[in-house]
Amino acid sequence: MQETILIKLGELVLKGLNRKNFEMVLLKSLRRRLMSLGEFEVKSAQSTIYVIPQNEEADLDAAEEKVGKVFGIVSYSRACVVEKDLPAIQKAAAEYLRDELTEASTFKVESKRSDKKFPYTSPEISREVGAYLLEQFPHLSVDVHNPDVEVRVEVRDFGAYVHGNARPGAGGIPVGTGGKAAILISGGIDSPVAAWSIAKRGVELTAIHFASPPYTSQRAEEKVVRLLEKVSEYSGRMEMITVPFTHIQKEILAKCPEELFTIIMRRFMMRTAERIARRKGCEALITGESLGQVASQTMQAIACTDAVVQMPVFRPLIGTDKAEIVATSYKIGTYDISIEPYEDCCTVFTPKHPRTRPILHIVESAESALDVEGLIEECMQNVWYTRIGWNRKKEE
Amino acid sequence: MREIYLDNSATTRVCPEAAQKALEIMTECYGNPSSLHTMGFRAEQELNTARKAVAGALSALPEEITFTSGGTEANNLAIFGGAWARRQHKRIVTTAIEHPSVLACMTQLEKEGWEVVYLRPDHFGRISPQQVEEAITPQTALVSIMAVNNEVGSILPIEAAARVIRRNKARTLLHVDAVQAFGKLPLKPGKIGVDLMTVSAHKIHGPKGAGALYIRKGVHIPARTLGGGQEKGMRSGTEALPAWCAFGAAVQALPSLSQEESAIRTLWKYCREGIAAIPDTVIQSPEDGLPYILNFSCGGVKAETMLHFLEERGIYVSSGSACAKGKASHVLEAMELPKQQALSSIRVSFSRENTLEDAQALVQAVEEGMKTLVRAKN
Repeated sequence: MQETILIKLGELVLKGLNRKNFEMVLLKSLRRRLMSLGEFEVKSAQSTIYVIPQNEEADLDAAEEKVGKVFGIVSYSRACVVEKDLPAIQKAAAEYLRDELTEASTFKVESKRSDKKFPYTSPEISREVGAYLLEQFPHLSVDVHNPDVEVRVEVRDFGAYVHGNARPGAGGIPVGTGGKAAILISGGIDSPVAAWSIAKRGVELTAIHFASPPYTSQRAEEKVVRLLEKVSEYSGRMEMITVPFTHIQKEILAKCPEELFTIIMRRFMMRTAERIARRKGCEALITGESLGQVASQTMQAIACTDAVVQMPVFRPLIGTDKAEIVATSYKIGTYDISIEPYEDCCTVFTPKHPRTRPILHIVESAESALDVEGLIEECMQNVWYTRIGWNRKKEE
Repeated sequence: MREIYLDNSATTRVCPEAAQKALEIMTECYGNPSSLHTMGFRAEQELNTARKAVAGALSALPEEITFTSGGTEANNLAIFGGAWARRQHKRIVTTAIEHPSVLACMTQLEKEGWEVVYLRPDHFGRISPQQVEEAITPQTALVSIMAVNNEVGSILPIEAAARVIRRNKARTLLHVDAVQAFGKLPLKPGKIGVDLMTVSAHKIHGPKGAGALYIRKGVHIPARTLGGGQEKGMRSGTEALPAWCAFGAAVQALPSLSQEESAIRTLWKYCREGIAAIPDTVIQSPEDGLPYILNFSCGGVKAETMLHFLEERGIYVSSGSACAKGKASHVLEAMELPKQQALSSIRVSFSRENTLEDAQALVQAVEEGMKTLVRAKN
């Protein structure tokens, strides 16, 4: 029995004239992700994308899992491919969905005929298949409003397909259609979720991580790599730029008032991030801030950090509660990594009582004790790069 | 950059003799000691040689040695086995500064209804002979005391424990976790009156995954791993020949105790005095401790920070708290050191591969770190 994955596109179909472009991006990204799992044909026709295994070795189970993490897909189903012939379709429906139908108590059949040369209309197909299934599974009854199993029959140009309930896709729009942005990632719970949220809106990611050796360890950086690998299962490959930040932090500590340490450090991070982002062709910065969560995430503090950047700064979590963020991080698989206890650069020098409502001109005058340009130039020269989610196939 | 490895109580580099032996067993003498043919027989001979070597280092009989996967397994076997063998009295005496592989067993036994007495150390991690003598009653089933503490190097009074058990004329079993003392202190469990003693290979330049439990002749404890009856039924499973024979080779390669001790003591003394002279440091190892381990506090510089700072200079040490955020190790906690001091604790541990140059580099780097690193605020 030949199987295939049928993919339904989400918001994409609303995109009018840009739709072709969106679809191309999605196809390309699907092909790249399935590359390591064997030979697949990925094609688009009649507002559906088909993932067709080309031989026995192609791992369809793994492909299904990967498809579930690609943005731009509203739902997908694993279907069995049948000859365009009513008795064959009936038989395939009973066999292919045997387990589901045995467990269910109600069902309905939904049919779609885009090949108008097929001799039965959609309602006729539904009726015939439904009757056959009732005969095969006498315990079932039909419920057209709220069935346990929805049996779907699609008669298309290349063949007929039978499948059960569709599974929800990752939603969103295909990564790469919305430009590129840089995520400031620390290793906590929030920033990976922020990265995921923006990637979901079609944005390709670049990650910027600030490290403070020897106050932070290699393991802390490796933890960030693992977090980004999780995110990249959704967002696709990305590059991580690690910025050594110890010298700047020490300068701030030595020359600025203690209670302004965090806010001034954040301003340095934003400035540095913006420069790296421009170099890398990014058009916005992303942070994991949530209003009022910590001292540097008050409205006044955010105003002070935003004053040093021209690029738009996206804060997808700004209005969410910790519990909601935690729930998403569970879902995308970053939570368990985030809670590993390594120092990150934000916690090392933290003052006991940071200013929660910093005033811009006071911060600016405190900062004037520092050689801002020189410090940033220096740390920009010492950054290093890590590739996340690249060349998986070679590694495997 | 020269690599200066000063974390030898965590693990050591495998010596060439042991590595050679493991390779030879894996590629040439790969038979199963239980097989009846020549290949099996040769493997059995190799295993006997290793067993004799380990037994010799403990002045024990070869049949008193049971090989295990390491110290943890040997401790588990000794404690659960020992407790079961003397279960008429549900009382155990141990210390608050044992290795987690002992303490976790104790916690489990407490859940099963045993009374466990934990002896508390002084500020240098020492336990006095009097404490031991008072705690061990005739109604004590098992005493488990380490020979040397792994974090601060204090030497514990195992002879006193043996003495009081003898005096009580009780059937109390005495277990000694000697992982940090093996190859570094003269250990004669049979002569002292120790019934069970744990040793490990990878602290003495042997491979990881090999250890042994000395079980005194005449002492019977039940096995925990059942199966084909290897190791006289005490530890079933095909013998881990490469690791165990390499363990034997590492034991044979040990230099004479007195010779090595004096060389190590020179390094230890140099570091101890050098670090004590740096402002704000506190030496936390006792003066009468094992000279392989030196624990000190870097007055307010977080241990992890100092560790990475030293690492940047090629010096590898250990922090008092492995990774648990803001939590000092149970040993330093039991020593009741001020919290800030405990969180700044660094352990350096020597081996015969270290030189005076290493010690000098360490003292110099610690001094530099203490000058430049940011201290935690009180």
